[in-house]
Order: sequence, then C-alpha cells, then structure tokens
Amino acid sequence: MIPAAFDYVRATSVEDAIRLLEQHGDDAKLLAGGHSLIPMMKLRLAAPAVLIDIAGIPQLDGIRVSGNRVTIGALTKHAALAASDDLRKNAGALYDAANDLGDPQVRNRGTIGGASAHGDPSADYPAVLQALEATFTLTGKSGRRELRAADFFRGMFDTALDPHEVLTQIAFDAAPNSAYVKFHHPASHYAVVGVAAALTLSGGKIGSARVAITGIGDSAFRASGVEAALQGVTASDEAAVRAACAGAARGVTARSDTFASASYRTAMADVFAARAVTRAASSR
Amino acid sequence: MAFTAMVGARIRRREDPRLITGRATYVDDVRQVGTVYAAFVRSPYGHAKITSIDTSAAKGDPHVLAVYTGEDLHHAHNLKASLPVAHKMPDLKTPPHYVLALDEVRVIGEAVAIVVADSPYTARDAAEKVVVEYDELPAVVDTEKAAAGPPYVHESLGTNVAFTMPFSAGDPDKAFAEADVVVKQRIVNQRVAPVPIEPRSMVANYDAGMQQLTLYSATQIPHLLRTQLAIVLGLPENKIRAIAPEVGGGFGAKLNVYAEEVVVSWVAMQLERPVKYIETRSECFQAMIHGRDQIDDLEIAAKNDGTITGLRLKITANMGAYHQLLTPVVPTLTLLMAHGCYKFENIQAEVVGVFTNTMSTDAYRGAGRPEATFFIERAIDMVAQRLKLDPADVRRKNFIANSAFPHTTATGLTYDSGDYETTMDKALALADYTGLRKRQEELRKQGRYLGIGLSTYVEVCGMGPSAAMPAAGWDSATIRIEPTGSITVLTGVSPHGQGQETTFAQIVADELGVPIDQISVIHGDTDKVQYGVGTFGSRGTAVGGAALKLAIDTIQAKAIKIAAHQWEANPDDLEYRDGKIQVKGDPSKTMSTPEAGFLAFMGDNLPPGLEPGLDATRRFEPPNFVFPFGTHICVVEVDAQSGQVEVVKYFAVDDCGRLINPMIAGGQVHGGIAQGLSQALFEEVVYDDRGQLLTGTLMDYAIPHAEQVPHYELDHTVTPTTVNPLGIKGIGEAGTIGSTPAVANAVIDALAPFGVVHIDMPLKPEKLWAAMQAKPTNGSVQ
Amino acid sequence: MQIDLTVNGKRASLDVEPRLLLAHALRDYLNLTGTHIGCDTSSCGACTVLLDGVSVKSCTVFAVQASGHAVTTIEGIGNADSLHPMQEAFWSAHGLQCGYCTTGMIVSAVDLLQRNPDPSDDEIRAGLEGNLCRCTGYENIVKAVRAAGAAMRSGEARHSVNELMPIHPPREEPPPSGEGIIPQQLQETKA
Repeated sequence: MIPAAFDYVRATSVEDAIRLLEQHGDDAKLLAGGHSLIPMMKLRLAAPAVLIDIAGIPQLDGIRVSGNRVTIGALTKHAALAASDDLRKNAGALYDAANDLGDPQVRNRGTIGGASAHGDPSADYPAVLQALEATFTLTGKSGRRELRAADFFRGMFDTALDPHEVLTQIAFDAAPNSAYVKFHHPASHYAVVGVAAALTLSGGKIGSARVAITGIGDSAFRASGVEAALQGVTASDEAAVRAACAGAARGVTARSDTFASASYRTAMADVFAARAVTRAASSR
Repeated sequence: MAFTAMVGARIRRREDPRLITGRATYVDDVRQVGTVYAAFVRSPYGHAKITSIDTSAAKGDPHVLAVYTGEDLHHAHNLKASLPVAHKMPDLKTPPHYVLALDEVRVIGEAVAIVVADSPYTARDAAEKVVVEYDELPAVVDTEKAAAGPPYVHESLGTNVAFTMPFSAGDPDKAFAEADVVVKQRIVNQRVAPVPIEPRSMVANYDAGMQQLTLYSATQIPHLLRTQLAIVLGLPENKIRAIAPEVGGGFGAKLNVYAEEVVVSWVAMQLERPVKYIETRSECFQAMIHGRDQIDDLEIAAKNDGTITGLRLKITANMGAYHQLLTPVVPTLTLLMAHGCYKFENIQAEVVGVFTNTMSTDAYRGAGRPEATFFIERAIDMVAQRLKLDPADVRRKNFIANSAFPHTTATGLTYDSGDYETTMDKALALADYTGLRKRQEELRKQGRYLGIGLSTYVEVCGMGPSAAMPAAGWDSATIRIEPTGSITVLTGVSPHGQGQETTFAQIVADELGVPIDQISVIHGDTDKVQYGVGTFGSRGTAVGGAALKLAIDTIQAKAIKIAAHQWEANPDDLEYRDGKIQVKGDPSKTMSTPEAGFLAFMGDNLPPGLEPGLDATRRFEPPNFVFPFGTHICVVEVDAQSGQVEVVKYFAVDDCGRLINPMIAGGQVHGGIAQGLSQALFEEVVYDDRGQLLTGTLMDYAIPHAEQVPHYELDHTVTPTTVNPLGIKGIGEAGTIGSTPAVANAVIDALAPFGVVHIDMPLKPEKLWAAMQAKPTNGSVQ
Repeated sequence: MQIDLTVNGKRASLDVEPRLLLAHALRDYLNLTGTHIGCDTSSCGACTVLLDGVSVKSCTVFAVQASGHAVTTIEGIGNADSLHPMQEAFWSAHGLQCGYCTTGMIVSAVDLLQRNPDPSDDEIRAGLEGNLCRCTGYENIVKAVRAAGAAMRSGEARHSVNELMPIHPPREEPPPSGEGIIPQQLQETKA
C-alpha cells in the first residue's frame, strides 16, 4: 500500500521531460495518469528513484481527426476516448476498448500513452492499436521517430520505448468498421481474451481484415491466418465468420492463471475473434 | 398490543447520517496524540524453519521505535500463551499458536516480527529492513493428502488430523440396502475469503498511570476479545477496555482473536504509546481467516418416488495451519445440519479436521451451515435428475411436515417451527416456475441453455444455548430511563452494519411509549456496556433483542409499581397499553415511562422498599437455536460458446419469523445472496503446492461488483418462533446459505442436456465450457 | 515538498513527501477521514474523491500530483445540515450497511449522474463498477442512485438530517396479519 520513497519533478515540456530522463538516468520513470505505475509502486513491485510527472505538458492531450487520419495525444485520458463521438465513428475498436477498460475512476485518470507504454500482456490497447495499424511517435534527444504498433509492443511489459524517450502521440487511419470485444477477468477487469477487428467491407463481404488479440500470450499479436481466411467472407454469415476465426491463436504460447488455462484462452480466442468481426461489421 | 407504530415499519436507519456524510469513526479514524505505527514482517513461505532474524538495520532506522520478534515476546515476557480456540471437543489436537512465529512458520503471511515507527510509511520501510532467513520445508495444502500422511504441519503431532468425529443415527445400512437408487458424489466446497471492505484494524493504548489497556479493534466481539486478551496478556480483565467503534463489515472474519490484536496491545504496553496497525488488503487475504474448504463425500439413498431414506457422509475439513477461535467447530455445524429441511432419519457420518499449510478457516458468514445446505440441496437435485422427477416435487415429498414442529432431527437438533411448503409454493409462484420450465424447453431447442435452480434451505442460528456453544451463548441488554426522559439502551451485541441502533430503538419506542429519537442504542465498548457475547451467528436480534425485551419487561413492571403508588392503586390492576401505564381497560389516566422514570429519579415518593432509579439489565439465555428457512430460485443462462454465466433472475422467499424492520431484513437478504452467489460463480482462494497464495489481491480474487449480480426479487412468510419473546429468527446468514446451492443448481440444470450431474464451485466459465463440449441431448441443438 | 490544493472549496498548503498518497493526505493531514481505504490494488473504490470534478481513486494519486487542483471529498459532497440528494437517497433506500464503502460509492454515484443524469439500472451498475460493496448486494444502491437521479432532475431542495430523521413515519404497507413482535402464544401467557 505504501510505495518506496522517490523524488518528484514536473516536466513542463516534452524537451524538459527528455532532459530530466537523461539527467536522472535509468532510475527515472515518467508519470502520466499513474494508473499502471502507481499500483505497482504500492505493492513495491516497482520502486523508481525519480518520477517525472508529464501530466502537465500542454498539447499532448486530445483527439484530432483530419481527413482520414486520427491522431491522439499520449496524455489523452481513457474517459476522453470513451466519450468521443469522433472516435466512435472513426475507430470503434478504440472507442470500445476505452469504454471497457478498468472502471470509471481508472478511465478518468489513466492515459492511452501510459497504458500503452506499460506493455501489459492483458491490456486492451495493444490489440486495438495493432488492429488499427497505429503509428507511435516517440520523441527523444535526437528527435522523433515513428514505429508501427507491431514493433512498439515487444513482449511482456516490454515496449520499444527507449528509456530516454517520451511517447507523444498515436495515429492511425480511420477504421469505421472496427470493434473490440473482451472477455473480462472477473476480478481485474483485464482481458482474459480481447480481440480487436478492423474490416473493410464491400457489398456485405469482408475485403480486408485486421485482427489482433490480447490476453493470450506474452504480448498482443495479429491473427494473420484469421485475417486471410476472412477475406471474401459474408460478414453476416455467422457460421462462415466463426469458421474463418478458427485457430485464431494458433502458434501462440498461451498463458495460464487461476482463472483460465492456456487451452481455454486459446479456444476463447476463436470465439471472441468471431464476435469482434461480427461487431465490426455492424454499422455504428 | 403496544407495538403499533414502529415495529414492522421500514424506517430509515438511525446510524446512517454519520455514515453517509463521512463522519463515522472507524478504527483508522481514531486519532490519539503520540500515535506510532506498526508494520508486520510476514512469512513469504508456506512452511519453513526460521534460521535467523536480523533486526539491526531496522532498529538503526531513526524513525523506528522498536522491533520485536517471537523470541522477544516468548522469552522476555509473559506471552507464552497460545491464541485461543473455543471448543468442547475432548480429543481435539491444539498445537501452540504463538502470536509471533517462534522457530517455524506454517502458513504464508504468518507474522514473524513487528516494527514500530513514527509513521505508517516509515514502518513499512523499516519492515523491509528486517532480514529473516528461512529453510523452506515441504508444505501440504491439499486436505486429503494432508490427512493421509506427511509432511506434517506440526511435526510434533505426528499427524495432520486434528480431530475425527463419527456419528450415526437410525439404521443407515438398512436404508441403503433397501434403496431404489443411491446417488454418490464428492462435493468440494471451496475455500473463500470473507473480504470485508474494511480490513483488520486496531489501535492500542496503555495508560501506565491507570494501568489500563485500551484496544480499539474492528471486531464483532469486544467483550470476548477483552476476556481473551486478559488471558493471553496476563492482565486483570478489569484493566482492559476493548472498543469496537464503527466496524466496516465482518462476515464472521472479525469474530476472532487475532495474533496482531495481542501483539499490538503488548507493544503499546511496552512503549506506553498508542500503537496503530491497519493491515493492507494483501495482508488481509493472507492472514484474515478464510471460510468453507470442505470436501463432502456423500451417498444418498432414495426410493423411486423420490423419498430420501438415508445419507452417508464424510466431511473432510481443512483447518488451516492453526486453530483460530472457532476453526474446528465449523464443520461440526455442517454435520448438525446435514439433512436440511428433510425428514429422513438414517445418517452415518464422519467429520475429520485436517491441518494444512494454509490460513485457518473459521466462521465465515454461515459457518458450516452453507456447506450442509449446499450438499443436501445438490443431492436432492441429483436424486431428481436420476429419477427424472421435478426437483420441486422431490423437495415437497421430503419436507418435514408443518405438524411435526417442534421437530427433533436425527442429528439431535430441535427445529423450532417451520412451514417449508408454503414458502416454496410462494417462491414457485413468484418465479412463475412452470413458465420458466416451458421457456427452458423452448430455448434448448434453439441451442440456448437456461437453468433453473431451487434451494429450500433451513439453517440453525440465533447462537445459541450456552450448553450447545463453545462458550457463553446468552446476551444482555440494559435500559436506563434517564431523569430528563431520554432512554439509553446498552446492548451486549456488537452490530457492524446490521442496524440494531434502529431496530432495537424501534422495539423500545413501542414498548415504552417514547419517540424513537429519544432512544440511544450504545454498543461495542466494554467500559460502557455490560458483558455481552457479540454479533455473529445471526444472533444480534434473536438473542440480544430478546434480552432487550426482558429488560423492557422489568422496566415496565417497576414503572407500574411507581404509578400504582402515585395513584394509590394495586399494581395488579395496572397495565402497559400503547406504551403507557393505565388502569386496566381505562385509558382516561395514563403515566408515561419517562414520567415514571422521573419519579424513580427523584426518589422521594416511591413505594416502600422500592429502590430509586428506573433501569434494568437483563440477560437472555436462549432455550434453543432458531431455524429460519426459505426458498431461493435462481435462473441463469450459460453461453455455450464461452461457458459464461448470466444470472437472469433471482427470487428469494425467506422466513425469519417476525420482522422488526422489513427494509433492514431485506438488506441482509440482498447482501447474503450476493455473497452466496459469488461463492457459486466467482470466488476461490488458491494456494500452490508450496503454500504460496495465488489469489492474494483483489486483482486475482473476485468479489462481485454491481454488474456481476442480478436484481433480486424478495418476498417472505412469517412463521414465528417460541424460542425467544420476540418471535423472531435471525436473517444475517440466511441469504448466503440459501443462495449458493440455488445458483449452482441453476447452472448445473442449464447443463443437464450435456449429461452434467455435478461440477464443483466456483462454476467458472472454463469448467462449464469444457462440460458443454459434449453433444447435447434432450432434442436441443448446438 | 510544498503543495497547494483546494479541498472542499478551501485552500490547503501541505508539506509532504512525494510518495504520500492523496488518500493519506486527506485523511492524515486534513483529517477528512470519510475517505476510506479498502485495498492496495486500486480495485475497491472506497477512497473515491472528485479531482477537478471527476471521480478518481485517491489511493492511486500522489498528493503532489493533485497540487494546483481541486478535490471534493464526501465531507464536501454534503453534511448533516445539507445532505446531497445522493446521500439522502442512500439513506432512504437503505443503500448501505456497514458504511465503509459507502462514502466512495456516493462520490462515484455523484460523478455517474454528472455524466448521465438519467441512467438505466444497467448503466448504474456499469457506472459503479469501480466500487466494491460486500454488504448490500448492490440492490439498494442501484435503487438509491435511481432515486437520487429523479430528485436531482426535478431540482428538489436539499434536506437536513433532522428533517428526515423519522419520528413516527406511517407504515408503507400494513403488516401481514399477526406480524408484530410478540407471538400469539406468549401474548396469551402474558395476559
């Protein structure tokens, strides 16, 4: 319940945050909403020596839709995503995930950047952002670089974010036919299985499909076999969708815990993939 | 009849204004100048030898006042006594249970040392500086493995079996020999955690001048706690004050005497400073008692018409590593209630209590009776399923008849009163049972799996006659008519959410004819209140309220004498009517209770020989337990693709005798249902083979939130008891006892087309999904 | 570290360790003990307060993070002289038993109605998923939130505890026959 002692500094700009990260070295951690980090600190599973609070940095907050491109500031809170009509229309998967994540208090405080940078293997966004083929903007001393979601999420609690970098924004092309469905862990609300699907549809048939799954393995992954199998399937044909979603987690080493075994998780990937596809295909 | 206004009314609770405005005082809200803060160093192992403890770094911390280990307490001071276990079992093995581990730890989270510092933060820091070295020992967490042989939790016992209790009644062999069908099933009633939202909390202070120890603790039993502290600490009991201020939920888990309460008290005496300890939720999962954890192997004999004729039963109960206050008693209650509300008389049983390297089990809401109700209600459904009979019909066939009450059961209890059939019929009508069965058929044809579960429970509560209790079973009440007319009630029970500040005031208001706002109900402080046994076992109103009724009778009798003297009348000609004294049948002249109280205070005009003052302290010794009952019906739908359960509807018709405040009684039922439902679907404490706790936080251990429970539809019947002068039975645990089997029966009923007979709780999606991989029968399609 | 907060409308300047949790700052520095702590994993919601008007778990916010911001605790939601309609509704609907989760539950429910003034029962249940109650089974909490919503939408005035404390309220319904406190047999014995 009581974290170890640390020093606290507030960064006034991204550059300031990067400077502070350099200054304090590897013992420093960025603090945004704190809803991934503080719980770990309270259980003393994390004990950074310095926290650099970036919550007050201007211009890192907000959802912008420009043409077909959706850009989200890293400090945008889940609650803002969950309440955004723009997002509901342009990226239903992210809208669904933000509404289904944690609980109202967590959503009021936690940010998309913080949750993404945490790299939790049961978190919702890694699946959603992979299905949306989002681009992550990471800002460091030598400037900005952009990474694809698939390259950003590397493994369990592991992302491509360099210790001296700040995740500043996440952007993706609008995906009006996208959805996220989740099998909640009854205690943690995290995903036992969570599936994001983004489709293109033409005359009721699925053109291309991007399907990403979280909660199963060490990291969220794209279900490429399912994506291929979904091509040309009539979206309203539930049996066909289910058939296409069979083996969604094939080849992935699934985790077990006291709630769900690896084999059950694997089986549920198929079920929830089909549900995500069906939901994505329905108009929002 | 005096009780026209308040009793039976759904009035707002009088305790609520302070609670809803954040002005109540729970233990952690107690502020005392000079308070220091404790943190415990706890075992990270399920079973280990302590090879060394190095406290020097912690002691060198400038924020630290003291560090003590088990060795310090054991050798330097009079703290060799073991924590208490209350029982009347001659052959019970009671290994020592020290308040800080001495050489060996036997459960994860066992307290090894205490650190006291100037803030909770520095205490936590310093606790991390205590270096304890352990040699890990083989652990045993599986009850049956532990019963079978080594490794032993307590090596010196040479066994893990704490006790064995055989029982036989009637002629079970004949019943089984003549049975048409025998249903056999092993039923695991899994270990659960009570999880009151307020964890264990305590602050102790020692006034060296007065030589008085004061312990504020989140407890259900301030007086029993005081008595045990006196024994363990070697203090005179009249120099200890135990206070249960506002308590944030108990559910039996605060019906105990915990090591931490003793250690914190002792440390306060050493330091002569207030010492506060508030455990974390993680500590609470490790070191607060757990509930259930029984394996019930049963065989039930029945005739083809559904008549149950006999039961064979083996209860293998996990005690945990040590006995806490009532640990071994709990499974014996299961045996007592083994036949539920059914009349069969042939029982052969054995109860075995087994030590394992886990936290002690103890009296979690229902305490032994939910286990009994669970297996007998499951068994009835299994018989019905086997014989292709309706589960309601099998119940009806076996109910103890109304004419049979009081009914002495084969296990030796005397059920006071009951009307099981009426209650069940009311529930069946409320739920539209026939309609539900039709709907179930229709849905099955569409590959949807609706399940309907019944539970017709009876439970034993109002604990209890002293002769049948491990310790005192009575309770007490004092009523004082103050000179200015307000009334003070001191109750020996210790409510912590049950609302007796309201319901007791309702009773007094009616009987003594005073507005309810002139009545104050005080509880939970041993320096204010006469000895009382506490709140548990659904006894608060059934026993404490009965004592209150006796005190009312005494007050009324004395007030009548005072009035008679004033009026120069014969006391025998006077009566209480509508809360006032009058000449029998003549309401033209009355005297109120406060008026009589004022005369009693003045003292100058009392009948010869009558003492001044109008107050009374009475104790109620219950002649028997009380036996509330009811029918719960749960409707679920199980998703064949995932095994996820949706609780669609929930109906409960309970009978706890007369109701003082139906709103409060209903609230008890709601909360009980949620807890029982949660055991059926969600909750399970899991240790691994080394005794590591895998469900040690609220991120792993699910207690339900609002979305995970349904709307409950309640009704009740009223079958009074004659066991107490209020005619009431307890309602605190009934919901928990009735609901678990209703939910489980519903889920298993949903899976009947898949040939499912039984699945152990919690009925997690994965288990149901696995069972539903079979091909369904009964004309349904998948 | 020096921090400045506005708590229940009043300025508070505190000198705190950076690691001090807002919940502890409120309880131990400002003596606002209505904010309770029930877990260590941000699960239970007993510590819920409003931060700049929206609900947060004060056990998962460092006090330093709240510097420069406004906090409303249960004590600021209403008091005995002027109960918030949500407090009144919890009382009237028997939406609490032990009371420990209640303060956080009320704060969350107040925030819920800010976002959705007329929620369905399902929306109420979903909106309270950040708060755990072990006593009530949630039935009367849902009822209370519904009632508070209705009261707030109709702009009902706030009441004091004294206005609501029952003196002799009428029964809602006549009791089933014979329902009293003394069973028939004993009445006869007594007479």
